[in-house]
Amino acid sequence: MNTNESRWNKDAPLYLDYQSTTPTDPRVVEKMLPYFTQKFGNPHSRTHHYGWEAEDAVEVARAQIASLIGATPKEIIFTSGATESNNLALKGVARFYKDKKNHIITCVTEHKCVLDSCRHLEMEGFDVTYLPVKTNGLIDMAELEAAMTDKTVMVSIMAVNNEIGVIQPISEIGKLCRERKIFFHTDGAQAVGKIPINVDDMNIDLMSISGHKLYAPMGIGVLYVRRRPRVRLVAMITGGGQERGMRSGTLPTPLCVGMGEACAISEKEMGAEAERLKMLKDRFHAGINSRLSEVYLNGDAEHRIPGNLNLSFAYVEGEGLMMGVNDLAVSSGSACTSASLEPSYVLRALGVEEELAHTSLRIGLGRFTTEEEVDYAVEKIAFEVERLRQMSPLWEMAQEGIDIKSIEWAEH
Amino acid sequence: MNRYAYLDHNAKTELRPEALEAVTAALGLNGNPSSVHGPGRGARKILEGARAQVAALVGAIPSDVIFTSGGTEANNLALRGTGRQRHLVSAVEHPSVLNCGGDIIPVDGDGIVDLASLENMLAADDRPALVSVMLANNETGVIQPVAQVAEIAHRHGALVHCDAIQGAGKIAIDMGGLGIDLLSLSGHKIGAPLGVGALIVAGLDARHDLGLKASGFGGRHERGFRAGTENLSGIAGFGAAAGCIQSMIDDMPRIGALRDRLEAAVRAIEPRSVIFGEHVDRLANTSFLTMPGTDSSTQLMAFDLAGVGVSTGSACSSGKVTNSAVLATMGVDADIAGAAVRVSLGWSTDKQDIDAFVAAWADLHAQGNKMSKTLVSEKSAA
Repeated sequence: MNTNESRWNKDAPLYLDYQSTTPTDPRVVEKMLPYFTQKFGNPHSRTHHYGWEAEDAVEVARAQIASLIGATPKEIIFTSGATESNNLALKGVARFYKDKKNHIITCVTEHKCVLDSCRHLEMEGFDVTYLPVKTNGLIDMAELEAAMTDKTVMVSIMAVNNEIGVIQPISEIGKLCRERKIFFHTDGAQAVGKIPINVDDMNIDLMSISGHKLYAPMGIGVLYVRRRPRVRLVAMITGGGQERGMRSGTLPTPLCVGMGEACAISEKEMGAEAERLKMLKDRFHAGINSRLSEVYLNGDAEHRIPGNLNLSFAYVEGEGLMMGVNDLAVSSGSACTSASLEPSYVLRALGVEEELAHTSLRIGLGRFTTEEEVDYAVEKIAFEVERLRQMSPLWEMAQEGIDIKSIEWAEH
Repeated sequence: MNRYAYLDHNAKTELRPEALEAVTAALGLNGNPSSVHGPGRGARKILEGARAQVAALVGAIPSDVIFTSGGTEANNLALRGTGRQRHLVSAVEHPSVLNCGGDIIPVDGDGIVDLASLENMLAADDRPALVSVMLANNETGVIQPVAQVAEIAHRHGALVHCDAIQGAGKIAIDMGGLGIDLLSLSGHKIGAPLGVGALIVAGLDARHDLGLKASGFGGRHERGFRAGTENLSGIAGFGAAAGCIQSMIDDMPRIGALRDRLEAAVRAIEPRSVIFGEHVDRLANTSFLTMPGTDSSTQLMAFDLAGVGVSTGSACSSGKVTNSAVLATMGVDADIAGAAVRVSLGWSTDKQDIDAFVAAWADLHAQGNKMSKTLVSEKSAA
């Protein structure tokens, strides 16, 4: 089966939003299906064939996930998704060690659920340092080191940013944390399955993984929790004591199986897929640049995942651009906040001017993206930007060499 | 081997074909329901359609429904979220309720909550309370007098939470009629997939008295009560299964007749077999019954070898077969409880499954008798 075959149904918008969610890989669905029907048992039923069969499948999945990140199966805790994993990592660890340490370091461009968890912990009396980022979206290692104190229990820095796709210096952060005996949690939702991650080499103590960002379904995620040196946490959902007491609730066998298979596929295909996506991303970027000037790439050009471009188009109006390209399913920010028209907090943290932040598009390429789709999207975006710029008096002035920023607009 | 007779539907029932269709359709989609573009809106439409179907299952409105990852999370959200200073929970609740703490409302020998005790407990302390009593017990199937519980609770200004996870799909539920403020559901008990559940809050939009706080992991989805990208395929399946509620209810007399046939057959072989909750209101699909003299774990092994899947109660994580906590709470002697197995039927159960169970039961019972006779004769010889 050719997995790179286009799934583009030309009656529907072209899907270029792979950081929001990835379609479930048909090979993943195929592995899941028997666990919906013939092999339907509750994996915690310890008294009959159906339960054992489901439990075995869950354990195979656990091993597949562990293998992708260099962990052991016992370190894999299933959750309902990365949001829950992030919450459990931050609140669970902070609450467990609260009598000894009360300081957490994170970063301003983290996913909302990490920032929310930190705000919540602040209300519970924890101190939180929110590190700024440089204009390329990466944290400054010296600032991280300077923020560490003997009260710091955990550093939580995402591996890859969901909006701008930049890869943080995870190995360096991990090394520093280990030296200082501080737990290192990373939100790996956008990284795992896209770039090589090894929890031992990178000294990662906890890592959140999302199923639906790596071609498994929505509703399943993982928290990796290191066993040596041991990380302990207070559970958030309690009941039957599943997942070694860290997360109660019946495990959803088909979703676990899907997550495992998705990880196995990624482990096998990640290298080739990354090369192909980098080629597509470069083609996209070059195509845009050959047609348009005054386009800015948000986030570091080198340290980024191959499937992400975040571009700002100067001299166009953001809403007009989104409406103009409405047959492309792209995002103008993270999906979780895209229903609001506020400029992205991530772009603002990079120091991107408000006008440019409003005209940014996040283009997410993935496993089923083809050259034909890239070319179509480039043409579509270039056409719309040109059309909008032709209507823009600001663009006209800029073309005439007037520095827009120097204009003092009279009030009237 | 003949087909395996699966009689553990209270642990998890089989996926309904309608749900499978909805799940596979949703798995084929692109799009995050929070995205504003076309595929995102397509996903949102599925989510909202399912919300309406799940609401209808319990006589609620769509805006009352908070989707969760399952029943455990729904129970946790209800008990930890309302912020009531005092919790009164029945002694036979599921661990996901009991673990949240609270004062225990005693139950009688059938596991039915003692209403007089509830009344006294509420009268003795005027702090704002939450009363949590399940609709039907997962092990015995015994149905609680929830309407009366609600009447008493409301008279004392308490909120009522009902874990309806086992009752849903087996008895018709009208939240308003029963007076339930918060109600938990689990998908996989009604023919939806694993990994999805809901907390239904009557009048969520208008009720400020609830003071419901977001779940443990904050809230940017589900109207601010629960964060995280929704389990779209699971929710689609949940909606489709909930949409079959009428046929589920209509099927209960058939299932009840099968259950009664099973119990009558067992009694014909062994009149001393105890059937828990036999004389009170009980779910038509559940039978928790003993084989005197044969311990539960021996029975489970023998049943599995005979191709029959049953259990000793709730599916737990310990991996050990232990006596039922529910039976202990009901005051059942350990040696009687230690000889009990739970048989639970579902939409896919037929006469063949029942006959397989009865045949296996009869075989094992005969072996047990032979063994105890041997033991007795050995003893008398000694």
